[in-house]
Amino acid sequence: MYEFSYHKSASVDGAVEAMNKAEDGKFVAGGQTMLPTMKHRLAAPSDIIDLGGIAELVGITVEGDSINIGAMTTHAAVAASGDVQTMIPMLAKLAGNIGDPAVRNRGTIGGSIANNDPAADYPAAVLALGATVKTNKREIAGDDFFTGMFETALADDELITSVSFPKPTAAAYMKFENPASRYAIVGVCVAKTDDGIRVAVTGATPCVHRGKQLEEALKGEFSSAACVGVDVPEDQMNADIHASAEYRAHLVKVMTKRAVDACT
Amino acid sequence: MPAVAMNVNGNAVSGEVEPRTLLVQFLRESLRLTGTHVGCDTSQCGACVVHVNGKSVKSCTMLAVMADGCDVTTIEGLATDGSMHPMQQAFMDNHGLQCGFCTPGMVMTALDIVNRNGNDLNEATVRKELEGNICRCTGYHNIVKSVKAGAKAMGE
Repeated sequence: MYEFSYHKSASVDGAVEAMNKAEDGKFVAGGQTMLPTMKHRLAAPSDIIDLGGIAELVGITVEGDSINIGAMTTHAAVAASGDVQTMIPMLAKLAGNIGDPAVRNRGTIGGSIANNDPAADYPAAVLALGATVKTNKREIAGDDFFTGMFETALADDELITSVSFPKPTAAAYMKFENPASRYAIVGVCVAKTDDGIRVAVTGATPCVHRGKQLEEALKGEFSSAACVGVDVPEDQMNADIHASAEYRAHLVKVMTKRAVDACT
Repeated sequence: MPAVAMNVNGNAVSGEVEPRTLLVQFLRESLRLTGTHVGCDTSQCGACVVHVNGKSVKSCTMLAVMADGCDVTTIEGLATDGSMHPMQQAFMDNHGLQCGFCTPGMVMTALDIVNRNGNDLNEATVRKELEGNICRCTGYHNIVKSVKAGAKAMGE
């Protein structure tokens, strides 16, 4: 890991101020992706601004029909939350299956979605549930947040403060996971929401996306059989040592069918 | 260099570290607590698991400065008055190790499992919870037995 300067602030404003002063700064949340990336020298920020001391970014609150999760809330805390388990059990289960227990004790929801790893789990939930990402500057609709591989709508000095998930009528997330990393080779989140049926696909392509054709098919008939005839184009799919594009395209349909079955 | 102060195994310790110093480096190289191992150095293997404020973390994936002000427990902090912790004893009794390299991380993870799941553990739970700890000798069979036995012994 290359050298860097370290800053820790107890407030959002203090963290943003440190970022603005830094030459090439990076916010760090739980660091479970950031630190391995820096060790590999794939990232070499001049300054690290640690968000671990900002108490207001931690916690889970129920606000009417939504659940608001502070950006620095760990995966372990989301998985163990009675409120999340009751209102959106799919989300608790998803959080409890990220990485491994030690990673879940450090990794955070804000860090996960700000990083927008193509194979991360949380982006699928944000998109499928139509969540709202709240930052120190504005509120960003889930549909507008993920803009490309490791790219989001966040500005350099913009910090996620919380994510608000509306309670769905039903939802399920199915992941075909890499057995070593537990990252999604393909993960599909299906949700019945006030906004209709939403399908979000992670792991398959360079960025999480809505499966619009699957949504159309499920609108007609919400059953796994309705997905059979949907065309999932292979040319958009990721291909690597873990799975070919053809296999990932196949998995998108299989995971969607399993998620639909788990919803009903 | 930033100063850090933390409580490690009940002892107040402090030192100056580079910001890029990992918690595991601080424990091993500054404090000479070499029971915590570095296996993969990429957050996969779990040989470096310690407890920070009562929760298991991979100390190769946390900066020492991030643990400033925290309570840290390492494998060296488990024995009391020369007697092994029941979980350590269970690993010995059940042949839960061969080369022993992964054992400190296995034991620290096992204690975290007991903290969250109680003393009566089933095999499926133990195997699922051990996903972040890799052993290359045992095939896990006796490790699972050890964790179950240790958990039970801790409740007695």
